[in-house]
Amino acid sequence: MSVSRRRILASGAAIAIGGLSTNSREARAGTVPPDVPEWMHEQGRPILSPAYGLPSKFEKDVVRRIREPRATDTEAFSVTPLQDLHGIITPSGLVFERHHAGVPEIAPDQHRLLVHGLVDRPLILTMDDLLRFPAVTRIHFLECSGNSSTEWRKSGYHSVQRTHGLLSCCEWTGVPLSTILGEVGLKSDARWILAEGADAAAMTRSVPIEKALDDAMIVYAQNGEMLRPEQGYPVRLFLPGFEGNMSVKWLRRLKIGDRPWHTREETARYTNLLANGKAYQFAFEMDVKSVVTFPNADRSFKAPGFYEISGIAWSGRGHVTRVDVSVDGGATWRRATLQEPVLDKCLTRFRLPFNWQGQPLEIQSRAYDDKGWMQPTRSSLIAARGTNPRYHFNAIQGWKVAADGVVTNAST
Amino acid sequence: MRALSASIVALLFVASSALAQQARLDLGTPATPERIRGWDIDVRPDGAGLPPGKGTVEQGEKIYAEQCAACHGDKGQNPAKGFDRLVGGKGTLATPKPVQTVGSYWPYATTIFDYVNRAMPFTAPNSLTADEVYSVVAYLLYVNDIVPRQAIMDAQELQKVKMPNADGFIADGRPDTEGLKCKADCK
Repeated sequence: MSVSRRRILASGAAIAIGGLSTNSREARAGTVPPDVPEWMHEQGRPILSPAYGLPSKFEKDVVRRIREPRATDTEAFSVTPLQDLHGIITPSGLVFERHHAGVPEIAPDQHRLLVHGLVDRPLILTMDDLLRFPAVTRIHFLECSGNSSTEWRKSGYHSVQRTHGLLSCCEWTGVPLSTILGEVGLKSDARWILAEGADAAAMTRSVPIEKALDDAMIVYAQNGEMLRPEQGYPVRLFLPGFEGNMSVKWLRRLKIGDRPWHTREETARYTNLLANGKAYQFAFEMDVKSVVTFPNADRSFKAPGFYEISGIAWSGRGHVTRVDVSVDGGATWRRATLQEPVLDKCLTRFRLPFNWQGQPLEIQSRAYDDKGWMQPTRSSLIAARGTNPRYHFNAIQGWKVAADGVVTNAST
Repeated sequence: MRALSASIVALLFVASSALAQQARLDLGTPATPERIRGWDIDVRPDGAGLPPGKGTVEQGEKIYAEQCAACHGDKGQNPAKGFDRLVGGKGTLATPKPVQTVGSYWPYATTIFDYVNRAMPFTAPNSLTADEVYSVVAYLLYVNDIVPRQAIMDAQELQKVKMPNADGFIADGRPDTEGLKCKADCK
């Protein structure tokens, strides 16, 4: 049996598990019209079973995954199943993970946030203190700057979870960092802030004061509940639109200074080595980007007919203004519909109706943002930076759809 | 007109200062120098934050063999799969296969101190004494041919070390795909 045949069978199984198609598998006797299914003749499960609700058991394959095994499972990452998500919000349990020393278990009453350095009144804040400050709630994406980094050199990954899954989007609630800085009082020479985590890596990044006073947040809640441990419980920094690593989790310390610290994570890592041997440093904003999430390697067209091509677009510099979709490898483009709300530094869902005639395709999407930037092709991005950068890959992604519906990465 | 604008600016400034005053919520506890000291571990390239203490290449070699070599390899060469190579790679940054090590890539020696102190060794982070960290840093600089074998590292000496790739970093040049600025029908 060919690889593509096996894939098609696997994708059929995935559809059955997803419950999205009743004719992709044999319906159980007595469950479809004209018969009335048995679950209408008896009481269902009682309330509070379980007390904290979980997805249907038929969704058990919608989980985070590793891309490939690493040397350790604490200095590691997991990726979000973008192929299984709808809309723009990532459920908290599916938000990608990137840890440098595992997930610490921190009791909130034991946690402290120290704010000191070039300030008038250095402070120690408890979680009770932080929860008393005036709060704000915003919806923003979070993307690791290493997302899609394998595509610099052609990954061989066919799953959008593996190519683009270091990306999530949540509703975040917390205190504007500017409020905290007003409370401690900045000295006139304050220019940078060191943010430090309470994990075993004591993760440390330098944040420019302009960002701190703009839209930076001290976040304690995510999608309406307290942060998940993997997302920095009980409190994290959140810098909308900036590379994910800077939104330091398990935030324990903010030190205000007059210059950046040049920590390991802003020199040895998270710098962008160019073809000429020089490296961009302090490259913060995530550039405009998009990716088609349906069809995908797990779930695709099965037979000719109507489908809706769908995907997500985002920009760390503002909001998405337009997304074009091509089904012929970029030769011609059609404008996709953007699902409201279209928010700043947030995922935007796009959709395009499509009638598949069974012909091979290469589907691409390209996004524009309100600052006038268009998502580049892979070749123009490489012409500008070479193939050595490990971060900030935002090129157009192509997906090949074969005549049998199998989806593969077009750049392999 | 100009005078008027200036006075508006002055007025806004006074108003915003007043607002800042009013907005103070007096939440939290003052952080005394005694409390700050235990957490204030960061080190900068200008040497700010480097603690008292000193270390030698010889001591560092011993600590490295016991605490670091299992992952990073003997003398920083041939690390275990998936762990960082710490030595070598000079002259490779502008090639298709760059080897980014402490010696070839890191711009500041102080960053080695800061990182080893806060995050290493992997199985027991933040467990080395200041003398031990200075020693490991001295050893890593030595095996990268940056300091001689008899070097002794302390706060003064470490900030003087010039790393080979100190001038290798430039400001973020993005967006650097200028031809891709949207020209028509962008919104």
